[in-house]
Parts: sequence; structure tokens; C-alpha cells
Amino acid sequence: MFNTKTILATVAVLAGLAGMPATQAAEEAPHIEKQSWSFAGIFGTYDQNQLQRGFQVFREVCSSCHSARLISFRNLAEEGGPAFSEEQVKALAAEYEVADPTADGGTRKAVPADRWPSPFATEQDARDANGGALPPDFSVLAKARGVHDAFPFWIFNYFTGYSEGGPDYIHALMNGYHDEVPESAPHNADGTPFELPEGKHYNDYFPGHALGMAKPLQDGQITYDVAEGETAVPLTVDQYSKDVAAYMMWMAEPGLVSRKQTGFGVLLFLVLFAGLMYGTKRKIWSGIEH
Amino acid sequence: MSEHSTYTPGSGIEKWLDERLPIIRFSKEHLMDFPTPKNLNYWWTFGAILVMCLLVQIVTGVILAMHYTPNIALAFDSVEHIRRDVNGGRIIQATHAVGASMFFAAVYVHIFRGMYFGSYKAPREILWILGVLIFVLMMATAFMGYVLPWGQMSGWAATVITNIFAAIPVVGTPLLELLRGGFSVGNPTLNRFFSLHYLLPFVIAAVVALHIWALHVPGNNNPTGVDVKDSRDTLPFHPYYTMKDLFGMVLFMIPFAWFIFFAPDILGHPDNYIQFNSQVTPAHIVPEWYFLPFYAILRAIDFNLLFIDSKLLGVIFFGGSIVILFLLPWLDTSKVRSGNFRPMFKWFYWLFVINFVALTYLGAQPADGIYVLLSKICTAYYFIHFVVILPLLSRIEKPRPLPTSISESVLAKSHA
Repeated sequence: MFNTKTILATVAVLAGLAGMPATQAAEEAPHIEKQSWSFAGIFGTYDQNQLQRGFQVFREVCSSCHSARLISFRNLAEEGGPAFSEEQVKALAAEYEVADPTADGGTRKAVPADRWPSPFATEQDARDANGGALPPDFSVLAKARGVHDAFPFWIFNYFTGYSEGGPDYIHALMNGYHDEVPESAPHNADGTPFELPEGKHYNDYFPGHALGMAKPLQDGQITYDVAEGETAVPLTVDQYSKDVAAYMMWMAEPGLVSRKQTGFGVLLFLVLFAGLMYGTKRKIWSGIEH
Repeated sequence: MSEHSTYTPGSGIEKWLDERLPIIRFSKEHLMDFPTPKNLNYWWTFGAILVMCLLVQIVTGVILAMHYTPNIALAFDSVEHIRRDVNGGRIIQATHAVGASMFFAAVYVHIFRGMYFGSYKAPREILWILGVLIFVLMMATAFMGYVLPWGQMSGWAATVITNIFAAIPVVGTPLLELLRGGFSVGNPTLNRFFSLHYLLPFVIAAVVALHIWALHVPGNNNPTGVDVKDSRDTLPFHPYYTMKDLFGMVLFMIPFAWFIFFAPDILGHPDNYIQFNSQVTPAHIVPEWYFLPFYAILRAIDFNLLFIDSKLLGVIFFGGSIVILFLLPWLDTSKVRSGNFRPMFKWFYWLFVINFVALTYLGAQPADGIYVLLSKICTAYYFIHFVVILPLLSRIEKPRPLPTSISESVLAKSHA
């Protein structure tokens, strides 16, 4: 009697759990396509060429509005990142003026130890120049965004170590613009059609769909240098956004490669060590009934 | 328990020390010779795993505190500074953050093991109560630690959780202001949380010492729940259980390392990479996963009862869900400890586990639609399990016959 009751109750609870995502999915944002990233997985590493291209996109487009206050010029020369040469970074830094109260006239040329200069002096300046919206800082932005997986798919993420939700979202956002409000736009709660506020731009993936930022990347906008003997990279929004998303991930997690490399060694050691410990334990317990 | 001692001071110095501070004798009695039931399974290794977790948190935490700045303007960037510029900082910080989750995962296993095998029953009530006290201290410590990186979830968790105290009649508002150090969450909040987050782990360590002391008076419970009868039932702690526990610890480190090195942020929330802004509320304020069952109970109460308004009632249920754990030894009056010999209890135990997992899931969902109703059902069942089912089971259940001793059950198993 109790068994039947228990089973019924268990089934009821489980059915409730299984039914939930269905009701929830109806109002969720569109599905975000996961991309294949070189830095995903146990052996993930950054693609140096991609990071250099991403840096070019960041520098020529994004950085006119977005800051990256935690990044220093010197980081660009670090191993595992874009890995520009020290001379390149020195020359790059020298193109920028930074405020320095101890220098003549209050400014001086930047050096590799300086932080990446912000495009606006204050938050209010940034808002004034962007129709009241604040362009977020890029330093850790790739980790401040994510992809929402429906139940039960998010459970697998713990076993695959999926940590690329940020770059996936950024890539989707760059490719999710519409010139006009599309038919797929959600209706308001009272059934009236979606209305885009003045000065906003429709995007499939932005929460609420009304994004302050106009479509920042266009096909052919940036010209990548192609070294001799290398195949040319397509000059498309899709490619630009992948490159800049990878670069943003590097900014957010510059130590990713060495972290994963150390991790592989640590896991390998732990598995072997656990095997030895198990053998020792068995040996000690042999002959003991337990 | 000096009767277990086989210690004889080996040298003049040891003899001299033994007559003044018998610390070697004490260690030998409690860490080596201590008679331990021979039939403990791997669920029992979680005690040692938890000691390891506490040590890992203290060691990494002390190092992090050397580089962290408890100021609302600098805290967020100082954590990034640790990740980027401190030698080994990314690993130390990830170990500490992931370590909190692993600590709670282990403590839940430990608690549920105790519940199944009746480890809270006489003569181990004090041992159980100290354990619940450690759990409460862990929750306070983890909550305050979560505030320190000063991200959006940090600040809003601090706001929401301190707000709970405002529901308490008369003292609520002064208490809220005392916790926050002002009218809203700000720099004084961060400073006092940092101070307390550094203090509480040492309080936990002290209660852990009491917990182990209370364990070493009656000795370990075991999977049969039958008391130790004679020396044939036990093995010395060293080398048998030191080795088994060490193996358990190494095994536990594998998922621990997996998260540290391959998904250090997966147990957190992306919003915590946005600096706290009291003017911008995140779409969903979600606590860390280990608080979700209790958070679901808090939110499930959205109705008034007589003169008690819903906010206070929610706090009463939230507090009650923990307080009831302290009372568990007196709610379950069955003389049989182990769930293995309680045919009805076994089913209700697993139903309780499923219900607890369901509460965890519901705590992460938005508070609307079907979730509200389900949260109420699960909350009700949580309490019904303790105040109705357990007392009732003790009366109506017919336990299976118990083995006469641990060694008898062990022999029966090996001949089966």
C-alpha cells in the first residue's frame, strides 16, 4: 500500500518537473546556436591569429565606445594571448595619449604598463554620447553573458565543462539585428504588436529585443591583412563577430590556456593516484571481513 | 577514552612530555587506535572529506585575503586582479569559489547519510545538533563570502537576504540596519561581511572539534545501526580508516579539480561578472545552488495567516526548515537506527530526498505559474515528513529483525 502511494507521489513530482520546461520554453528567447571555439574543451587553446584579428575588430570598431579598463597594453604581448611582439606593443601603446598628472601638460604617450585608455572620461560622458545608454566595459563581459539551456540539456554542461556561453551569445547578438521589427517579434502582453522605442534597434537575442547599439559590424567593413602563403579569411559579419568574441573571451580569461594545461596534468595525476590509493586500501583491508 | 590506549612513551623526552601534556598519547588514542566499526561504507568517508574541504577553504581564503580589497570601489577589480596578476591566483580563487560548492555537496551527502542510518538517535543527539550548527555556520559563511566579489548577484543577494530579517517584529528594522551597517547595502556591509567571513571559519573549526569529540564518546554509528558489542566488531582507525578516508578524499578531488580547471565559473552566475549596481536589478536574483531548497521554501509562502503577514510567515518557515533539523532526534522515535531495517521509512526517506531535489530545482525557477504551486506542495511535504510521517512511522512500522552484532552481519554478508 505504501509502496504504491510512494510510487504515485514520486511519479507526480517527476512529471511536474518534466512538464515545467515546456511551459517555460514558450516565452524564452530564441535558441542560440553554439559555435565551435578553439578554446573549448579540455585541450582548448586560443587561436593566436584569431585573437589578433579580434583585436583589430575591437580596436577599429568596438573601442570607440566600449572601454576595457582591466586590460594593459602589456597583456597583448603575453603568451597564450594575441602574443604580439614587445616592439609591436610598445609602438601600439605610443599611439595613445593617457592622462598623467605628473607629466608635462597632464598627458603623455602610453607605455606597455598602462591600461587600455577608455573612450569616455566618465560614465555620464559615455551616456551622453550614446543616447543615454552605457556601453558596457569589455574586460570581463564575455563571462558576464551566457546561454540559457532548457532542462535537461543544461545538466550535460557540467560534464562537458561548457564555458563558452558568453562568446556564443556575443556572436549571436552581432548576427541578430533586423532593420525593421520582424514578424517573429513577440507581441505585448495586451496583444498589440511589438513597438520599437525611438533610437533603439531590434535584435533577436537581446533580452527585450530593443538594443541601444546600432548594428556595429557590416560585411567588408574591416580589412584583414593576409600574410603570404595564408588563405584569406572571409570578411563577413559572421567571421568578424567570431573573431571579436574570441578576443573578448581572452580579455575575460587570459589565463585559460595555462589553466587547462595544468588541469589536464592534475586530473591525470589524481586518477592515477586514486588507483594507487585504492590498491593500497585493498591491500591493507585484505583478510578483514567487512 | 584512555582504555583504548596502547601508548607507551618510547623515549625520555616522550615520557617527560607525557607527564606534562599528553598530546602524543591523545593523538594516538583518537587518530590511530580509536576503535571504529569494521562495516562502515564509503558514505562514511565524507566526514574526512569535509575536514579536507574546511582546510582547503581556510588555506585558500587566507591567501585570497592577502590580495583582496574590501571596498565597494575596489573589491570587484581586486578579485580580477587576483585572477589576472597574482601568481597562481586564478587557481587559488577558483579553488575557493568551487570549494564552497564542493563543501556543500559533501555536507549534504553527510547529512543525508546521517538521516538514512539514524545517526542522530541516542546517544548521538548532541553530535547531530553540533552538526546542524556547523551547517548553519557554513551557510552564513558562504553567504557572506559570496558578497565579497561585489558583483550583481553578490550585492543583490546581500540586499534580499538581509531584508529577510526586517520581517521580524519589533527588532527587525534595527537588526537589518545593524547587519547592513546602514540603511542600504554599501561599504559598511562589505566591510563587516569581510570581517565575519574571515572569523566564522575558525568558529566552524572549533565546532568541528566539538563534533568530533561528541563522536568519540559513543563512537561511530554504522550501516546496521547496531551498537558495537566487543572488539571483534571494530578495527583501529589507523591504518584501516585513515587509508579508506584518504582514498575517498582523492576520489572526491577528481570532480573538484574538474570544476576548478575546466569550468570554474559554471557553478556561479554570469551576472556576478557585472559590478554591483544598486540601481539595476537583475532579471532573476538566484542564490547559489546550495541555498536553493531553503530559498524555495522562503518564496513559497506568499499568503497571510491570521495576523501574520506573508513576509514574516515566509521567514518563520525558512527558519523553521532549519530549526526542525535540530529537533530530528526527538521527532523520529523509532528504536531502530538504520534505514536498512525499516521497510516503510526507507521509502519515505527517498521520497524526502526527491522532494528536497525538487525544492532545489524550484528555487532556481521564476516565482510564477506552476512553480508557485509546486513550491507550496514541496514545502508542505518537507515539514510533513518531519512532523507527521516520522513520528507516525515510529508507531506503526514493524522493523525487520536486527543482526545481533556487527560481526554477525559482516559474516552473514560474506557467506551470502
